Amino acid sequence: MRVIVDFDVCQSNALCMTAAPEVFEVRDDGFLYVLNETPDESLRDKVLEAKRLCPTQAITVED
Amino acid sequence: MNTIVIVGASLAGLRGAEMLRREGYEGRIVLIGAEQHLPYDRPPLSKQFLAGSMDWENVTLRADDGLDVDWRLATRATGLDLQRRVVNVESGGSAEDVSFDGLLIATGAHPRMLPGLPELDGVFVLRTADDCLALRDALAAGPRVAVVGAGFIGSEVAATCHGRGLDVTVIEALPVPLGRAIGEDLGRRCAQLHRDHGVDLRLGVGVDGLVGTGRVEGVRLADGSVIPADVVVIGVGVAPTTGWLEGSGLDLADGVRCDQWCRALAGGQPVPGVVAAGDVARWDHPGLGEAIRVEHWTNAVEQGQAAAQVLLHGTAAPTFDPVPYFWSDQYDTKIQFVGRTGPDIMVVDGSLDDDRFVVAYGRDGRLVGALGFSRPAVVMKHRALIASGTEFPARM
Repeated sequence: MRVIVDFDVCQSNALCMTAAPEVFEVRDDGFLYVLNETPDESLRDKVLEAKRLCPTQAITVED
Repeated sequence: MNTIVIVGASLAGLRGAEMLRREGYEGRIVLIGAEQHLPYDRPPLSKQFLAGSMDWENVTLRADDGLDVDWRLATRATGLDLQRRVVNVESGGSAEDVSFDGLLIATGAHPRMLPGLPELDGVFVLRTADDCLALRDALAAGPRVAVVGAGFIGSEVAATCHGRGLDVTVIEALPVPLGRAIGEDLGRRCAQLHRDHGVDLRLGVGVDGLVGTGRVEGVRLADGSVIPADVVVIGVGVAPTTGWLEGSGLDLADGVRCDQWCRALAGGQPVPGVVAAGDVARWDHPGLGEAIRVEHWTNAVEQGQAAAQVLLHGTAAPTFDPVPYFWSDQYDTKIQFVGRTGPDIMVVDGSLDDDRFVVAYGRDGRLVGALGFSRPAVVMKHRALIASGTEFPARM
């Protein structure tokens, strides 16, 4: 699984961080950092929930 | 269960349909939408899509791959018969009954209008993509804009119009914008945001009527003064779209009354196989101990998913117990709010005089909410703290 964020679209709403904090972190500078672009399969449900909760549809998950 | 009908082809309905498939439901899903469009995202309609900086392609909601749905677009639900378990629909002048085993009601809400306003060109509401396109066309001519209502839609439209270089006046009957949603103190801070950008904000004054014949020329205020305007946007809130449910037997009380599992109630009892989600649903929030209706994006996603699980699993599914969240982008500021307001307020990050800060709300010694200006990480940490019952003031 590969996590791709379109940073032109991301607005740092930080909802992804609440769904999958292991993978997404919005830092004090207001920017999103992807902590792990190829997270373990065990995180799939959390990552997909983060994708669904993103208000700007900035997250893509590829297999 | 062979057929699940979802009435309302927007965010809650779509995310509900996806959840049905994820949970392994292989039967038929009929998704009924009054608009002609496939599901799309409404937040950009008052922001980037209205500004012209986002394409329609990016406004369209992406669905899960392989979502097998029987789309019934440009089709309006007109009634619900719980005895025969059919939804009455109308499309292109012909009526039909659509049978269901399970039903998800997600018809959302529609704009309220001020009573007694004459029908004039140049007066707009903003809820649908078609509303947005009509308003966007009108803004292209460089009009003077008056916005009635300084809620989320009104404030965002004002900010977007300002960003397009237009002269904007905002009229709000209440003493501060967004007071009901975020409290008076922070509402005052939001008023400052408009004024910092040179938007003319008139607070605590009602609208008496519109000026003009055939085409609007201005807004007449209760104090007798007139705000000249070529375009008037009415943003005075929405009402849940429940007209088609009148007489169905479902309990309607500013929304479809639901229990803690989002199951629709009739005579106070849950109706088997009928749930509601999104702007239209007023459900018993377990944590708050009261029935609430939430008109925000994240709630539509989460409640659509939760209600779909209940359709399949009944009360073996979790109750719907979210910490509400909403955001609003105005000018260059991202306003985010989690939870609810409380009587106790404390600045926990920055200062109210700054462009960026976070305020926490407390009630009875518990952290119940937080609001931030352009501090997403700090606000989102509070969402988890609220859910875990943290004391107020919270120790970060």
